[in-house]
Amino acid sequence: MCLGIPGQIVEITDIKQKLAIVNVGGVKRQVNIACIVDEQHPPEACIGGWVLVHVGFAMNRINEQEAAETLKLLAEIAAIQ
Amino acid sequence: MKYVDEFREPEKAEALRREIAKLSNQLAKPLKIMEVCGGHTHSIFKYGIEELLPDTVELIHGPGCPVCVMPKGRLDDAIAISQNSNVIFATFGDAMRVPGSKTSLLQARAQGADIRMVYSPLDSLQIAKDNPDKEVVFFALGFETTAPSTALTILQAAAEKIPNFSMFSNHVLVIPALKALLDNPDLQLDGFVGPGHVSMVIGTDPYQFISQQYHKPIVVSGFEPLDIFQSIWMLLKQLVENRCTVENQYNRLVKPQGNAVALQAINKVFAVRDSFDWRGLGEIPDSGLKIRPEYAQFDAEIKFTIPNQKVADHKACQCGEILKGVLKPWQCKVFGTACTPETPIGSCMVSSEGACAAYYKYGRLSTMAKKMAAQKPKVNLSQEPLPSCSFLG
Ligand code: SF4
Repeated sequence: MCLGIPGQIVEITDIKQKLAIVNVGGVKRQVNIACIVDEQHPPEACIGGWVLVHVGFAMNRINEQEAAETLKLLAEIAAIQ
Repeated sequence: MKYVDEFREPEKAEALRREIAKLSNQLAKPLKIMEVCGGHTHSIFKYGIEELLPDTVELIHGPGCPVCVMPKGRLDDAIAISQNSNVIFATFGDAMRVPGSKTSLLQARAQGADIRMVYSPLDSLQIAKDNPDKEVVFFALGFETTAPSTALTILQAAAEKIPNFSMFSNHVLVIPALKALLDNPDLQLDGFVGPGHVSMVIGTDPYQFISQQYHKPIVVSGFEPLDIFQSIWMLLKQLVENRCTVENQYNRLVKPQGNAVALQAINKVFAVRDSFDWRGLGEIPDSGLKIRPEYAQFDAEIKFTIPNQKVADHKACQCGEILKGVLKPWQCKVFGTACTPETPIGSCMVSSEGACAAYYKYGRLSTMAKKMAAQKPKVNLSQEPLPSCSFLG
């Protein structure tokens, strides 16, 4: 139920209804982006960004830098023997 | 796939497994860790994570499966609504097989009700626009992860003035359920793997009471195998260092304060019910969401007469014990025999996030035998009827 899949916003289709096309694992889907647009993040600025898609809605942006830091920490743990 | 494959690398999983083993040696005592969310339960079984953990670390599967906790009476109400001749009833696929007191939605559909599976609540709004002479009702269920999507759909229906659309709200809230579990003296837990996608909406701040009042550590976690391993490692680290705080493993998605737009949408459309009945857990105060009076025209509970009856669970069913983490699925007498995903008796066997369904689909005989042996030290295993391989999938 709480399942979510990462996808990348490729196109804004309807600014008023806040609809965008998101590429989810190679499949393009129309997704509502109301939850991820605000003053600092207007729809145009969302293109190329990664989001978590749940039941037809982009629920949150995925933070690339934080993901890289988590992976870096994991690599450090893997480096200790 | 980006943000998926990197979090499945076997070498890193092995490294975390090794570090977890070291920490559990240091602790030198049995630990019970609850993963609250059914999505985690599913991942844990799918990737065989429990088997890679030290024997002293036991994972307890929590109540975070919205389909599993839906009481029979509410399902009967949904079926009653769907049986109105002018109604199209739209639902997520997960809810189709959940047994009500007489039938499931799947059976009701076979008997003639117009029940449609949709991927998104927005799809049900579209069905309403396409069928102006019908009443379209969406079965709104799920935790805080899903509530923003249904709230935004109602706001859109209001903006577009769609008269023939409503929702039957069965949204539930995680925090009150966690409080109820923490107050249960039968269950002694050492820490929690926190629900990642609920937290992307509510943030990590609402969990502070778990560390401050109940002195348990909680780590909010992503859903890939490395996420879960790392979260367990972080929990054990807290225990070794004698700390209990709220930590966030999933910070690529989850912020301490959550998602403001999503929270606003929920608060605009929904109000907290005084109490809501959970299958297996009973009435929990302040644990459900109902549609606010301002949006009454979209509230199926007001538009339709519903039976609104409480129905007791099947006598053989031990879903309550499963959802509280007190029993393991294989300890239920009908597990895998009378109760299977094809013919579920209890709801935990229906959704792929339910603990019983996860054990049925991915459970490994070796783990179960090991766990049974650990729990019943005086019984000779060869004389104990073990679950047969045929139903372990
Ligand atoms: S095996 Fe079936 S009846 Fe038993 S607890 Fe699980 S879902 Fe309920």
